Amino acid sequence: MKEIIIDPITRLEGHGKIAIFLNDDGEVENAYLQIPELRGFEKFCIGRKAEDMPLLTSRICGVCPVAHHMAGTKALDSAFNVEPPEPAKKLRELMYCGYYIYDHTLHFYYLGGPDFIVGPTAPPEKRNILGVIEKAGLDIGKEVIKHRAYGQRITELIGGKATHPVCGLPGGISKPLSEEKRQEIEKMAASAVDFAKFTLKIFHEIVLGNSNYVDLIKSDAYTLHTYYMGLVDEHNKVNFYDGKIRVVNPSGSEFAKFEAKDYLDHMAEHVEEWTYVKFPYLKKVGWKGFTDGPESGAYRVGPLGRLNAADGMATPLAQEEYTRMYSTLGGKPVHSTLAYHWARLIELLYASERALELAKDPEITSTNVRNKPDKPGEGVGVVEAARGTLIHHYVLDENALVKDVNLIVATVNNAPSINMSVRNAAKGLIHNGKVDQGLLNMVEMAFRAYDPCFGCATHFAAGQMPLTVEIYDSKRKLLKTVQR
Amino acid sequence: MAKEKLKLAFYWAASCGGCEIAVLDINEKILDVVQVADIVFWPVAMDVKYKDVEALPDKYIDVCFFNGGIRNSEQEHMAKLLRQKSKILVAYGACAHLGGVPGLANLHNKKEIFEKVYTSTVSTDNQNKVTPKPKVQVKEGELEIPEFYDTVRTLDQTVDVDYYVPGCPPAVERTLYAIEAIAKGELPPKGSVLAPLKSVCDECPRKKENKKISKIYRVYEKAPEPERCLLEQGILCMGPATRGGCGARCLNADMPCTGCGGPCPNTPEQGAAMISALASILGLEEEKEKYTEEEVEKLIGQIKDPVGTFYMYALPASILRRKVMRE
Repeated sequence: MKEIIIDPITRLEGHGKIAIFLNDDGEVENAYLQIPELRGFEKFCIGRKAEDMPLLTSRICGVCPVAHHMAGTKALDSAFNVEPPEPAKKLRELMYCGYYIYDHTLHFYYLGGPDFIVGPTAPPEKRNILGVIEKAGLDIGKEVIKHRAYGQRITELIGGKATHPVCGLPGGISKPLSEEKRQEIEKMAASAVDFAKFTLKIFHEIVLGNSNYVDLIKSDAYTLHTYYMGLVDEHNKVNFYDGKIRVVNPSGSEFAKFEAKDYLDHMAEHVEEWTYVKFPYLKKVGWKGFTDGPESGAYRVGPLGRLNAADGMATPLAQEEYTRMYSTLGGKPVHSTLAYHWARLIELLYASERALELAKDPEITSTNVRNKPDKPGEGVGVVEAARGTLIHHYVLDENALVKDVNLIVATVNNAPSINMSVRNAAKGLIHNGKVDQGLLNMVEMAFRAYDPCFGCATHFAAGQMPLTVEIYDSKRKLLKTVQR
Repeated sequence: MAKEKLKLAFYWAASCGGCEIAVLDINEKILDVVQVADIVFWPVAMDVKYKDVEALPDKYIDVCFFNGGIRNSEQEHMAKLLRQKSKILVAYGACAHLGGVPGLANLHNKKEIFEKVYTSTVSTDNQNKVTPKPKVQVKEGELEIPEFYDTVRTLDQTVDVDYYVPGCPPAVERTLYAIEAIAKGELPPKGSVLAPLKSVCDECPRKKENKKISKIYRVYEKAPEPERCLLEQGILCMGPATRGGCGARCLNADMPCTGCGGPCPNTPEQGAAMISALASILGLEEEKEKYTEEEVEKLIGQIKDPVGTFYMYALPASILRRKVMRE
């Protein structure tokens, strides 16, 4: 049997590695995505002060610290049995929209998007932000840098710091928003709406205007028939900050809808020896290994997962684009992994529209931003991180010290599916033992669609991933090395 | 002839990725950096292969910014490799500098961490108690992952380090300061922390009235008055024991400093420095020459989780370093 190791530059960096095994006919037998790192937050957070949890857990991931900070803060609301005042909830959500603007912009222009904008067959050294600037022009490059920074600035104005904000408290937020800062945010949010519209226009022209790309999006190699999960509001619209967790089956019908506190009835995690990441699955369907379809408990989260699990978007422009995506790609749910990119841009538009709504809300500068917590107990907090449903579960003792912790982290939900997507991409391209450059591109694109931030699980190369494929014969002798 | 451009590298080990974002947060100034320097290795944003780094001549890289602590065998390998390839190695951010938040794992060992993560967390279904292993036979062949160590180490406990950029993550001004100092060739003596000599307290705009406190409040128990020193309002703030250079950002959000800048220059043991600062401010309302043991206990007992409070970012670098390991 042949073994192919696809090693992101990170083989010795420890951020992600794929091994593909071929059978004697040279066809793909199996593929393993290995996450080679662990930090152990679930253990060392025990004994810490409850109020430190939003600070400690934000260090799980510096790309999406706001998500962990917020899930932790909401877990504390629940553990201290306190409801924040409305203005505090709105401020939290506004900060959260800022985080989405920053994060989705980062992904589309810096990380995943270059595959499309510069092109999947362009030389790898061009497929980065500099290549995007070259293709789209320096003015656009400056807009990209500016709006990514706007997202960070919104978080900083409300949270104190953009990376690792500090404002979250059980029952509210540490500081009200001044009128001066509100005006600054309103301007940035208005600009972000235009920027999101512009970004979608680029996507339509470059991607949807090219039938090769559309065929690629719809191709079998990038299709998985899974369940989908995401937070929805009371009208089943996508919500990032709050709501119920909704799951739809591979045909698109509602399979479950539950409160965060009941997550253990619906979700469980499986452990393998060959990776440090755990594999979540739907408990009522069960762990059936790395396989898709209605019989398998594997589910997908993140932009496409959320859009599939909901009935629409809560803001007008995003809703228009939502309808357009499903009519273009043949109805709901969309199973194409590459549609994650489109879904992400629809969410960028929603986050910008929602930020503008909140910035104009008369209550947003209210000084009524904290309620008094009750006695410490047990609590679960959920938010939609950019990469998917994120659950923090804390048990506190009578001194409000942490007694137990459980975390189901956004990207980790997708771990079974990313494994399958990688395997399918490999199966689509490797035949008779022949491996070409195309494989590397395909496998890499399968990954990037998910925006796999294994900073959360550990961390995966969030960015461009130079790949090396090593092909071994049945005696493990190195036959050939292909580098991208 | 034009001066040859500097060759920079960025790398990350056991960290969260926030230090990478901190570099991106210099925003359009990255374009100025590119004027004076070539970035030769930056896995998160650029396409350079690991093997290419191995093939570089020794000391080829002028300055390598290394973030993250050392938690497993691969990270140790990369730290050593980049040390060999770089003229100047900078520990960038709290994890490389002091161990960082993940360094709190030194309160446990590998076995305890694995037991919790892979067996006893409430959503984990693992009756056979399977845990990840460095080498595993699957039906198609053998798979390898790096070895997880018992102890988190700082970068300078692993290789020789030239400079430190503090913060979790470093403030934009700290990053720009470091890059500027390097570009101009105006670096301070080896071993320096590239930050002002003052404490966070010195940078904090809040009013201090030299008031004593007798009660310590948790941050959620009391909404502080906006312009007064938090410590003097009974909210534990690491400001007096923490190196500044951050602009007291957390204080601006009405939240206390939690110590990410690490120790001040003259008091290298951050926790001890904070305990000493507390000793001078914490007391009973009635001033007394001498407190009874009970009174002292009552005062000190108000400080919950002292290790997590005084060493949130610096346990591996402290004299405590880790919990004693016994067979």
